[in-house]
Amino acid sequence: MSAMAELSPYLVLILVGFLPNEIWRVLGLALARGLNEDSEVVVWSRAVATAILAGVIAKLILFSTGALATIPLGVRVTAAVCGFLAFVGIQRSVFAGVLVGEAVLLLGGFLFSA
Amino acid sequence: MPAPMSFSSSRNAFFGGVKSALTSVFFLVLAGTYVGMGALAHDFGFSSWWLVLSTILVWAAPAQVILLSALGAGSALIEAAVAVTLSAIRLFPMVVALLPLLRGPNTRLRDLLLPTHFTAVSMWVESLRLLPTVPYEYRIAFCNGLSVGYNVTAAAFGFVGYYLAAGLPPLYAGTLLFLTPLSFLISTARNAQMLVDRLALVFGLLLGPALAFFHVGLDLMWTGVVGGSLAYAAHRLREAAV
Repeated sequence: MSAMAELSPYLVLILVGFLPNEIWRVLGLALARGLNEDSEVVVWSRAVATAILAGVIAKLILFSTGALATIPLGVRVTAAVCGFLAFVGIQRSVFAGVLVGEAVLLLGGFLFSA
Repeated sequence: MPAPMSFSSSRNAFFGGVKSALTSVFFLVLAGTYVGMGALAHDFGFSSWWLVLSTILVWAAPAQVILLSALGAGSALIEAAVAVTLSAIRLFPMVVALLPLLRGPNTRLRDLLLPTHFTAVSMWVESLRLLPTVPYEYRIAFCNGLSVGYNVTAAAFGFVGYYLAAGLPPLYAGTLLFLTPLSFLISTARNAQMLVDRLALVFGLLLGPALAFFHVGLDLMWTGVVGGSLAYAAHRLREAAV
């Protein structure tokens, strides 16, 4: 939060969250002609967005902070892997994957938390 | 194909949209996602009103998670902004694909501002599915109702997650916090239909923590640009080989 202390958190939200995100919607409104979902620029930009989000996901699991950090790293990784495998195994259901992952985390947390 | 819908007024169409939002599968998805988001916001020391405002203004769960975790971890503001904007490029083609469904002969630009702002995965998927069944003159009202229904759901469950995380013992609060990475991991995997998206997911999972571990500057930007471009290159090579 150090960078936010100098500016108002709400100003930061506008400048760092709202505007960089909204600009792409406004561009879509301004240039809304042609450009289908399979065009190469769209494929590339989707790949970039997916990789960033994946990076954030992995960092949240591996370098956890706060309450999640009280659950050991091995338990967090095992829970994520089990959740993913449950998703693959149970009809590609996101719900099943999340449920299994959370159950493994809770069980592992009970057994191994400091 | 869903059955055609008929409405007596714009107001009627708006509430039709709200009802569609509250009874769709995305209601559960958003509830779970934003409970996790609320817990994350609490964990990183943001206020609950800041989270609500970010849900209304940013209205893109990936961008919000990136924003929360980058600012919460003390990243430079420019770094957070670059990561947010790279994650948001996908909104551009979504708006481009949605507008032709909304635009009738008498549509004014200002009527399209709200649907443009509210374009996000949940609203977009449902709009593309349902709008063809709605008469043209009521589509914008219906779409706004749908968006408001989803947005209010997300904001409300953000509050729930925030105050649950504040009151629960660490193990349970940790379980709530785990909802965000776990549900995003699995839903991203489900959305990744093409090889290029699957590779981008794997490269991102590996590069993100690796670059952060070695304290590479702008690690999220490089994760996206390098991981995404590598995945794209592999996709092009494979297409060329076929």
